[in-house]
Amino acid sequence: MSQFAINIMFVGGSFFLYIAIAIWAKAGSTSDFYVAGGGVHPITNGAAIGADWMSAASFISMAGLIAAGGYANSTFLMGWTGGYVLLAMLLAPYLRKFGKFTVPEFIGDRYYSQNARLVAVICLIVASVTYVIGQMAGAGVAFSRFLEVESTTGLMIAAVVVFMYAVLGGMKGITYTQVAQYCVLIVAYTIPAVFISLQLTGNPIPGLGMFSTHAESGLPLLQKLNQVITDLGFNQYTADVDNKLNMVLFTLSLMIGTAGLPHVIIRFFTVPKVADARWSGGWALVFIALLYLTAPAVASMARLNLMTTIYPDGTAAEPIQYDERPNWIKEWEVTGLIKFTDKNEDGRIQLYNDSEAFAPEAEARGWNGNELVVNRDILVLANPEIANLPGWVIGLIAAGGLAAALSTAAGLLLAISSAVSHDLIKGRINPSITDKGELLAARISMAVAIVVATYLGANPPGFAAQVVALAFGIAAASLFPVLMMGIFSKRVNNVGAIAGMLSGLTFTLVYIFVYKGWLFIPGTNNLADTPENWVLGISPLSIGAVGAIVNFAVAFIVSNATEEPPVEIQELVESVRYPRGSGQAQDH
Amino acid sequence: MSAGHSYDAEAYWKANLRLIFGSLVIWALASYGFAILLRPMLSGIPIGGTDLGFWFAQQGSILTFIVLIFHYAWRMNKIDEKFGVHEE
Repeated sequence: MSQFAINIMFVGGSFFLYIAIAIWAKAGSTSDFYVAGGGVHPITNGAAIGADWMSAASFISMAGLIAAGGYANSTFLMGWTGGYVLLAMLLAPYLRKFGKFTVPEFIGDRYYSQNARLVAVICLIVASVTYVIGQMAGAGVAFSRFLEVESTTGLMIAAVVVFMYAVLGGMKGITYTQVAQYCVLIVAYTIPAVFISLQLTGNPIPGLGMFSTHAESGLPLLQKLNQVITDLGFNQYTADVDNKLNMVLFTLSLMIGTAGLPHVIIRFFTVPKVADARWSGGWALVFIALLYLTAPAVASMARLNLMTTIYPDGTAAEPIQYDERPNWIKEWEVTGLIKFTDKNEDGRIQLYNDSEAFAPEAEARGWNGNELVVNRDILVLANPEIANLPGWVIGLIAAGGLAAALSTAAGLLLAISSAVSHDLIKGRINPSITDKGELLAARISMAVAIVVATYLGANPPGFAAQVVALAFGIAAASLFPVLMMGIFSKRVNNVGAIAGMLSGLTFTLVYIFVYKGWLFIPGTNNLADTPENWVLGISPLSIGAVGAIVNFAVAFIVSNATEEPPVEIQELVESVRYPRGSGQAQDH
Repeated sequence: MSAGHSYDAEAYWKANLRLIFGSLVIWALASYGFAILLRPMLSGIPIGGTDLGFWFAQQGSILTFIVLIFHYAWRMNKIDEKFGVHEE
């Protein structure tokens, strides 16, 4: 059977499964549609959160980022998991007790202000739409590489599948498909990693293999990797970073942003009890950790494998001939994600760090510049081919990458559609709408959101690469602080919350735009985006944490200068703090 | 909660805040401490070809987070019962 047929079989099979689940889990009420009827088991919810959270970025890009940056990019590992501690302790149980359908609804009620709710809706939509573009684009890449269809055609297929289970089943359909997608993506991620770990270290558990001995050289794997890459002029893989302030703030921004992303928060509304919301957070992190503990192993092993593929006889000997390059390089060259230019025209592939410090050695060896450019994003997808694994593993990776992208897309689309149908249509435009009417409105908003996301995924705006930073910045600087203060302070009032959200958001956006261009339009940045220009060495990607602090400070100062919240609001705050009396999440 | 409840609401909330504070100290120590700021201090402790700080940055912090959340859920559910605010 050809590789193409195997890929079709795996991807087609997984899609069939998702659609079957959608038909089984059709939503009959708004409660089904928004919170899956509120009856999801905490372990089931944990797996669904895992798939909801782990996007194309976690599945496809993260290992590549770590492989390239080594220790310095550990920030992604800590940042994208540490947020769950904040969620489980500072937000999820209380918001579950509050027992409504959406995040803006809590903000509107707690700050007794429709304007606060509207600001929250806008923050939610901007953060979620920017995020969903990345997912759709990721699905398009996976399709074009593995199913040999045009990226746009692939996107259409993905959109139809998401449409089927998200529009029909709402949160109920999404929950159970996300559990299935979690299983697909974790198996797909783990199997190649286990094989590679066995090949390199003899240890079947990749997370342990990474810290054990490299079988061929007898050295610890990380030491061997350090040696190989420093021979070629790269930084040590485990090298410490100088700018610790920036590393701390970037990690903190990712953590606070993670805790403030609405599509993750609403998943906690689906469990029956407050205690279950606490357990869900733990289970979610267990399911996420299965991938996140393997990712750094995939990163270090793939980097070593790539180097030994190019330098089979060691770094002191000459690299391989271009004509004898392995098949996977040829296949990825077709997609343009691997590029080779024979700069010194010797027919060999010189892969090294083109730095000034390494220039004398490169010249002595007759090298005329680095000749192989490998896109970081292909690392996980190409992993099975690099390690010569059988064809079915490649099919599995294709299905896994799509599962990661589609599950996150569906969660984001639900957050967007519930904000539109519940917070805007029912909350503002037509409060007397019937449950049936609202359900229809929710389905229509979901369908519109899918069309918009698909269009933007097929025609990604030029700033697509920057938008993830924007999504985290917005969530960290606007939503997380007001949610937390809404629970932990009775003093913060409507004026304080709105002032806090707007100043945190404005501060963050301005800092990002100054370096990245206003609305990301190239050439409109006021300062070049280089470390020398950053205030105190803080990168625009790390500014969300500072924005959150601005939000907290402004909200406190303004609240203390203005009137206390009314008594019934203080009682509302009291009531979310105590689990007793939580019913199923419901409407007013 | 409205007046007339039979439990000590203030003591319950304080117990929750104490537990959260303790958990977040460990949360910060494992990630911002051991993995980033204190890494140079821990560089003498070798682990699998590198140092303890590197392990915390790539794996140790995540494992710590998991333990923290389960510990919090378990303790809080006990505290709920102790103060009689648990769900029926």
